[in-house]
Amino acid sequence: MTRLIPVRETILGGAILVLLLLISSRFADFVAPSNLANVFNDTAPLIILALGQMVVILTRCIDLSVAANLALTGMAVAMINVAMPGLPIPVIIAIAVLLGAIMGAINGVLVWKLAIPPIVVTLGTMTIFRGIIFLISDGKWVNSHEMSPAFTDFPRMVLLGLPVLSWAAIITIVLFGIMMARTQFGRSIFAVGGNPHAAVYTGIDVGKTQFWAFVVSGALAGLTGYLWVSRFAVAYVDIAGGFELEVVAACVIGGISIAGGIGSVGGAVLGAIFLGVVKNALPVVNISPFWQLAISGSAILIAVAFNARAGRNKGRIILKEAEATQ
Amino acid sequence: MSVLKKLAASAAMATAMVATPAFAEDDVRIAIVVKALGIGFFEAAAEGAEEAAAELGDVEIIYTGPTDTTAEGQIEVINALIAQQVDAIAISANDTDALVPALQRAMDRGITVISWDSGVAPEGRQLHLNPSSNPLIGNMIIKLAADHLPDGGEVALLSATTTSTNQNIWIEEMMGVMGDYPGIDVVATVYGDDLADKSYREATGLMQSYPDLDAIIAPTSVGIVAAAQAVVDAGKVGEVNVTGLGLPSEMAGAIESGASQSFAIWNPIDLGYSATMLAYELSQNGVEATAGAEIPMGRMGSLTLDENSEGAMADPFVYDASNIDQFKSIF
Repeated sequence: MTRLIPVRETILGGAILVLLLLISSRFADFVAPSNLANVFNDTAPLIILALGQMVVILTRCIDLSVAANLALTGMAVAMINVAMPGLPIPVIIAIAVLLGAIMGAINGVLVWKLAIPPIVVTLGTMTIFRGIIFLISDGKWVNSHEMSPAFTDFPRMVLLGLPVLSWAAIITIVLFGIMMARTQFGRSIFAVGGNPHAAVYTGIDVGKTQFWAFVVSGALAGLTGYLWVSRFAVAYVDIAGGFELEVVAACVIGGISIAGGIGSVGGAVLGAIFLGVVKNALPVVNISPFWQLAISGSAILIAVAFNARAGRNKGRIILKEAEATQ
Repeated sequence: MSVLKKLAASAAMATAMVATPAFAEDDVRIAIVVKALGIGFFEAAAEGAEEAAAELGDVEIIYTGPTDTTAEGQIEVINALIAQQVDAIAISANDTDALVPALQRAMDRGITVISWDSGVAPEGRQLHLNPSSNPLIGNMIIKLAADHLPDGGEVALLSATTTSTNQNIWIEEMMGVMGDYPGIDVVATVYGDDLADKSYREATGLMQSYPDLDAIIAPTSVGIVAAAQAVVDAGKVGEVNVTGLGLPSEMAGAIESGASQSFAIWNPIDLGYSATMLAYELSQNGVEATAGAEIPMGRMGSLTLDENSEGAMADPFVYDASNIDQFKSIF
């Protein structure tokens, strides 16, 4: 029975509903369908990045360079757009995904071949990527009037009632759902994170799986880079500063174990949506800005504490109890 | 090699000076030294200096600076100017302290030295010209909003972080002059942390919380751009006017879309003009740069010096649809 209803996701979904009710008691318009669509649209970049991060965290790694990767790719495609305004948007998106994937591959190779701890690798590349943005841009901004209208309009284009930005998140969710549940790569990610030694015996190359996880995360960061820059119609060195922590927080709230191996697509998405609702609600519920950070932080801590409790009665602990009785 | 080249150039220049007709020898030579050549902001300042020179009549402007923004480069330039025996140096410094010895040497040789835009420590110059002052900025940001609201209305502030010193001072100064703008209500102050996404979200939140909002004032360059984009995306162009402090190059799109009627920042042309006027007054008319002195600067009025021999030029300059095209390529 518990296998059929994923408990963690249900609880998180319930928490989001309670949150929405609380917000609507202070600001009724927040739960209007059109506003909820806006909130989802605003959360789309976080959802896409959280899914990439989820894959990395599942393999017992962490990618702190996603926001810097996003910023560098965003700046690069913005500058390409300024230099060649006629370049079609699909080409721009392909460049963004490719650039992001290359940056992810750099992380992956360092983790795989040099066996440097992922947190160290990505802390380093995070700073390097930010530095490169400064080098290529000279510290200057790329502004809305310099970008071509097609470049900035694409994520706002409405298809079947939702902007392209939202569709990008929905498509990513569907693809990841299939990938994690139905493909060899998806299953090997869980295997590598759950028990690397056992994974080796089943013929899975742990390092290589981690490498591909970083490539996936990087490619999604690259895609988000384009979406971000075109949505806010500005590119500069510090865009999405500190966003990597929000991405990790979304994963953690979504019940993805930092120790690897445990987590789901639904969890990551709900974690991102939870944070998105909080971030979008705080400006309208009329709470002092001095309290907003504290409230965001508390929400994360409560969610994590909840997850930690929910995750306690698991199979592994039963094994430990069995050990103790021997 | 570059020193040799500069010496050769100065020698050539000196020869040229001797060779020019007698009346040119009497020209007052004012050097405008900038952080680096090839920066639009400073090219515009040089334009202002030329304007002042034309007004004064007997002034020759030497617009110069290093090729990169280093203090060493500026010291070489200053030494070359001392060798040329210019009458005055007006400098926008790459370093507050590193230039002091070189500039003191210049003053010892009777050259008038002032700093503008980016200052030099008091012992290295006679006066410093600030583009504006906190009270002037505080008044300007509310005036920008009020000018487009003749019947009064609701305005909200979108600042940087809760702890940003500059923005907090400007907002405090603004609140102090609210009595001069009857009918204008400041309904909220929110903080975008100088992040494009948070500023965008806060601006969207403002428009939802206050459906009758007439203007968003953002005294920060990230916030004003993000707020303008939020207004465009919310379809509220014409209803909500975004204003505050921003750079013309960054705000050109917002002016074009109509999300922003006008915004303000210093005008480099006026700055170069005023610096030249001040240098001329000190060098030729025997004006002393002492605390409390009022020094005339042509069409820009006069500069009042404080105890640090610093003064504020004027209100920030207002940019709108009429002049944005001229300035967006400058800075």
